[in-house]
Amino acid sequence: MSTPAVTTPSRWRALTHHHLFWPVAVLIALLLVNVPFTPDFFAIRMTDGHLYGSLVSIVLFGSPLILVAVGMTLVIATGGIDLSVGAVVAITGALTCSYISDQADQNALAGVFLAMGIGLVAAVLCGLWNGFLVARMGIQPIIATLIIMVAGRGVAQLITDGQIITINSEPYKLIGGGYWLTLPFSIFVVAAVVAVTIALTRRTALGLLVESVGGNAEASRLVGIRSMRIKIMVYMFCALCAGIAGLMISSNTSAADGNNAGLWIELDAILAVVIGGTSLLGGRFSIGGTVIGALVIQTLTTTIYTIGVPTQTNLVFKAAVVIVVCLLQSPKFRAKVFGARGRAAAPVTPAAPADAAPKMEVSR
Amino acid sequence: MAEPRPVLEMTGIVKEFPGVRALSGVDFRLFPGEIHALMGENGAGKSTLIKVLTGVHTLDGGTITLDGKTVRIGSPLEAQHAGISTVYQEVNLCPNLSVAENIFIGREPTRGGRIQWKQLRKEAAEMVDRLGLDIDVTAPLSSYPLAVQQLVAIVRSVGHGDSDGQGSGTKVLVLDEPTSSLDRDEVLELFRLMRRLRDEGVAILFVSHFLDQIYEICDRMTVLRNGTLVGEHMVADLDQVGLIELMIGKALDQLEELHEHQLRSDVGETLVKAEGLGRTGGIAPFDLEIKKGEVLGLAGLLGSGRTELARLLFGADQPDSGKVTIAGKQVSMSAPNDAIGAGVAFCSENRKTEGLVPDLTVRENIILALQASRGWTRPIPASQRDELVAKYIKALDIRPANPEARVGQLSGGNQQKVLLARWLITQPKLLILDEPTRGIDIGAKAEIQKLVVSLSEDGMSVLYIAAELEEVLRLSHTIGVLRDRKLVAQLTNGPEITTSKILETIASGEHQ
Ligand SMILES: Nc1ncnc2c1ncn2[C@@H]1O[C@H](COP(=O)(O)OP(=O)(O)OP(=O)(O)O)[C@@H](O)[C@H]1O
Ligand SMILES: [Mg+2]
Repeated sequence: MSTPAVTTPSRWRALTHHHLFWPVAVLIALLLVNVPFTPDFFAIRMTDGHLYGSLVSIVLFGSPLILVAVGMTLVIATGGIDLSVGAVVAITGALTCSYISDQADQNALAGVFLAMGIGLVAAVLCGLWNGFLVARMGIQPIIATLIIMVAGRGVAQLITDGQIITINSEPYKLIGGGYWLTLPFSIFVVAAVVAVTIALTRRTALGLLVESVGGNAEASRLVGIRSMRIKIMVYMFCALCAGIAGLMISSNTSAADGNNAGLWIELDAILAVVIGGTSLLGGRFSIGGTVIGALVIQTLTTTIYTIGVPTQTNLVFKAAVVIVVCLLQSPKFRAKVFGARGRAAAPVTPAAPADAAPKMEVSR
Repeated sequence: MAEPRPVLEMTGIVKEFPGVRALSGVDFRLFPGEIHALMGENGAGKSTLIKVLTGVHTLDGGTITLDGKTVRIGSPLEAQHAGISTVYQEVNLCPNLSVAENIFIGREPTRGGRIQWKQLRKEAAEMVDRLGLDIDVTAPLSSYPLAVQQLVAIVRSVGHGDSDGQGSGTKVLVLDEPTSSLDRDEVLELFRLMRRLRDEGVAILFVSHFLDQIYEICDRMTVLRNGTLVGEHMVADLDQVGLIELMIGKALDQLEELHEHQLRSDVGETLVKAEGLGRTGGIAPFDLEIKKGEVLGLAGLLGSGRTELARLLFGADQPDSGKVTIAGKQVSMSAPNDAIGAGVAFCSENRKTEGLVPDLTVRENIILALQASRGWTRPIPASQRDELVAKYIKALDIRPANPEARVGQLSGGNQQKVLLARWLITQPKLLILDEPTRGIDIGAKAEIQKLVVSLSEDGMSVLYIAAELEEVLRLSHTIGVLRDRKLVAQLTNGPEITTSKILETIASGEHQ
């Protein structure tokens, strides 16, 4: 097959066929929708050595969602799902804050680090439990993770005694609400987690094995992949990401709210993963896509506020946009809607040039 | 012969996939009451032409005329309504539903909106019976081997027009490699059915890489090469040599070479020893020894336990009796990992569900077994990986020779080669090949058989399973004969061993 000369249409084609094309297009479109309502939407100002602007806030407020969604991506790639991330967010926040609030000096670094360590260990243990139920006991992921989703909030309540624990710790405030090098610190945390995840999956063979397990579990077993280990690892990693998000959320508000911290974040995270192009059936995954997907959802939330959608219709609006995004991603839908034009545009060149075409013989 | 009007005419069919032009202006026609072979190498475009016809793929150019009317077929369901019944190359039924449900899915007999289960089961049993099959239609499909599943797919597609007279009104029956994992008897049964349908005026499109079958059953053939039409001939007018030349585009001289190829005569010491290995419901306890460099072929009828035996030697199923010793060490065989660690490789007959990961690329699928044995922390260095992959793509002539292509998009035969490559790069001590040439074209088949011979010469032991007895006989030092899920005999290959001798052993089920 000879390679066709790279022409503008084919470059355009290559671009539109890139797996991130539609998520990015939707993100840009959503951002643009804001401009008529907030003319300085794209403006970024420097005040007190801190950068401010809508774009910065989107990333800042979207940080926990990005973290949770990145972890969720790997779980979904193995063919699973993790509904417990919201509860893990709450548990981590509750544990960490309650430990800090017990300290005599809430600003002591050692105490803060220990508190965060305790919170994250608890998160990872939740992940271990999920992984154990799914991989070892063979329970359906949706059921297995439902246990912590429901019970976990209760645990968080127990830790906080049913109260909202507020703390006053400068160092802890940094993670979710502080600034560093003019940018919100959480952006650095997110960047680090995303970079580590990509390195962990693509620099090693982990990504390949995860995709194989999700793409064809039986074939993976017959090829000797230790899928049980891989699944447990992935659930633990997902919970760790949720734990970090939990730190961020509680740090941002300087409070632990067992009831509302990370409420429904699992659904937004699953949505972000799907918008990012990872199939819920498992297999191929894209961390980059998930990050874009999470940004789309955060932008959508922001947009709802800026264009002033009435609160009652808020969710309906969000649902409508999500439906459109999902439809746009479906090749079948695109073929139906844009197909007629696309097909007409593709010239039907005659079958192979004469010299290459084998002689046609007909006998009867 | 005065020709009636073709029931189906496809003209100037073009189908492009990103980067691949699978069909460039192919013409094809099908007359009522004929069996028409669609021929071509792996990747020539046969399945694509079929999928364009049945609405799986939308066509990028050309027209389809059915009964003189131009039609646009948008989906397999529309094709079915238009009178085109299809058995696709890869069995696509629901493994967790029963055989009967699979046969009737989408057209269950109902009364007042409720499915008539009794009637459904009864009719299904009758249809299965008519094909000479002895299976329980209430059992889940997945409990049967691939060959039976293939037969169920055939029953599903042909059964209907057949049972209720003109009922669903099948005009065109499309069979894409329906015989690839069938034994002789089932093939004969299928042919009997095909002839009957032909005589009733159904036009049948038949794809197979077994040339003997083509010459036995077909009236006319169309040959494709690289997505273009090379010719349409009456079968009687073209001999096998001429056909092969048309398919591969050059004269063929080395196909016969293998016959003279001498099997390595001196096999080494014992590599694998199974004692009393068995599994209830799978295969009765058996003793088996495989020597270093030996090719052990398994012969037996459908359901005789060939695959089950192989799976026990790989730990794919857990044995409930006996033990396995490999190179002097006992291996627990509780999971494939144990066997792989001891140097065993297993190429499953069912590449779709037990073999390939369709979403991953050719490269990823090829290195998967090797990577799994290294663990996730030690990726194969990129340069070494690319070199290995390129080497095997070339050695097995995988097309397109693009390591980045998604395996799911390869033609059936090329997928099979990827599966083979995956295990070859692990350089196992014992290579278990369950129907390794399923769906592979005639040229590549000879190549793979030669490869097996040369692997054995290099000291690799091979357990070889094939439905074709000749194939087993040609390659094996020893032939294990199975019957009714029991290993009944082990024959040392030699001049006195012939296919009829093996058939006799199978029939009598005795050691001779
Ligand atoms: N969905 C797809 N996407 C991209 N390429 C495809 C797709 N399906 C088929 N192809 C390509 O089209 C070509 C023809 O494939 P096809 O399956 O029709 O071959 P075939 O003649 O049926 O071969 P075989 O004998 O191996 O079954 C191949 O090069 C294949 O890689
Ligand atoms: Mg095919």
